[in-house]
Amino acid sequence: MNNDSLAELAAVHKSYGKTVALAGLDLQVGQGELLAVLGPNGAGKTTAITLMLGLQQPDAGTARLFGRSPTSFENRRGVGVMMQEVFLAPELRVREHIDLVASYYPAALPADAVLEMTRTTPLRDRPYGKLSGGQKRQAQFAMAVCGRPKLLFLDEPTVGLDIQAREMMWATLRQLVAEGVSIVLTTHYLEEAEALADRVAVLNQGRMIASGSVNEMRALVARKHVTCSTALSVEEVERWPEVESASRDRHGLRIVAGNAEAVVRRLLAADADLQDLEIRRAGLAEAFTALTKEAA
Amino acid sequence: MSTTSLTPTRLTPSKDWTRTDAPTGNLLWRAYLTEAKYESIRMLRSPAFGAPLIALPVVFYLFFGVLIAGGVKDPKVITGLFSGFAVMGVMGPAMFGFGAVLALERDQGLLRLKRALPMPPAANLLARMLMALLFGAIITSVMVACGLSLGHVPMDAGHSLRFALITIAGSVPFCGIGLFVGTVMKGQAAPAVANVVYLAMAYLGGLWFPLPKGAQWILQLSPAFHLNQLSLAAAGAASLGSPMVHVAVLVAVTLVFTVLAVRRLARVG
Repeated sequence: MNNDSLAELAAVHKSYGKTVALAGLDLQVGQGELLAVLGPNGAGKTTAITLMLGLQQPDAGTARLFGRSPTSFENRRGVGVMMQEVFLAPELRVREHIDLVASYYPAALPADAVLEMTRTTPLRDRPYGKLSGGQKRQAQFAMAVCGRPKLLFLDEPTVGLDIQAREMMWATLRQLVAEGVSIVLTTHYLEEAEALADRVAVLNQGRMIASGSVNEMRALVARKHVTCSTALSVEEVERWPEVESASRDRHGLRIVAGNAEAVVRRLLAADADLQDLEIRRAGLAEAFTALTKEAA
Repeated sequence: MSTTSLTPTRLTPSKDWTRTDAPTGNLLWRAYLTEAKYESIRMLRSPAFGAPLIALPVVFYLFFGVLIAGGVKDPKVITGLFSGFAVMGVMGPAMFGFGAVLALERDQGLLRLKRALPMPPAANLLARMLMALLFGAIITSVMVACGLSLGHVPMDAGHSLRFALITIAGSVPFCGIGLFVGTVMKGQAAPAVANVVYLAMAYLGGLWFPLPKGAQWILQLSPAFHLNQLSLAAAGAASLGSPMVHVAVLVAVTLVFTVLAVRRLARVG
């Protein structure tokens, strides 16, 4: 057991009937880090969080929270939670919902301070039932942080948010990490992990298939993308040994290659009129797709 | 409750974020009170839930007890109808406020969230029980007012008060039953099941009319019968059976269903 981890799953198995949700998962959340848990639907992300929170028991293996059993009531005072699907009393206003959750914590922030911090003050007096889907997520986020948790669990927090609201939540998350809060965040949005995470854990079919910094994950997939406007044909370029694949769309010729520099040299030599040359590293999205494909 | 060893995170990036530390003992009280406060605010803001629960027994009583049976002079019938509809009245909020609503909230993930939060485990249940008692108090008061003014129920002030207190307190076992229905049923099925259980208990408990001679033993199976007899006795009217037995049955019903429900809630959510 790693003493530095705030939450930990060790060799955890969990099945629902015949469906295997987790198959020997090891996952640690370190002090002060933002861990993004990525994975396709059904990868086991939510199950991993519910086990760390003690909402379910593993079939085998151990779950620890703050070095203790996750079901301990004391532990919960150090935890903030935003679940994926939750229906809250529509009659209560956002400020009242925060006030209610804050009453469970020993040193909670006043509701107005939470609203300010999460940039949701305009929602203060709105009945929860009248909020849009995205605004509900914002309100749930404010409820999750109001108790000044040491460790924050966010299950798909930005689903349904518009770009501005998402940026605001990201800003708050960065601020929280700077304050020393540890965060576990599951997400479908790879750009979210790229923008925020210190560490990424990719789950697939209940196992961790990769874990590391965003850059390390990208490096796992060494491919680069080359785009240009050229008279060269797809068939011709595809025959070059450096080229993995080539295609053409309205932006021009698109080439995927391991050694992009060699491809570019050859392109420029073959077509003096070549324009709009662009080279891009594989994003986390591609790394993720490649990894989950390999694991499947 | 011992204090937690976890140091709360400091969040001080903007101007006037004051800390609101409270000792842990007070914290539990604060959680209980806040939960109860917002539970009652919710009820006030959704009259569509509360108003029928209050209106139904009163309207039934006025129709059957006052309008139809208005000419009856037998005090047994007069008090019997009055007490029966009052008992039915307090059963409603207990069964539906707990049962149907709880099942819905379980389906909707709210209870799961609350289990993950440091909410004292009983806070939400206690808040709901207080609401059921409050509704019971409103229903009983309106019923007593109607009974004395329109129904000519032969009760003096002392009997009226005792009747009200016993009937209100008697909603607690039905909270237990409602809680149990709410924890074992799915959200959509719970209101229907609660309704069937509610009507069966009222009918088989002889709240509205006596059961046939051969079927009297069935009465003993319905908690509503036991409460009704206690309420009748409190109103100074003739009642069946021993009060000690009625109390014992109601206490047993409360304990069994509450324990079963709370265990299931803690395990399954």
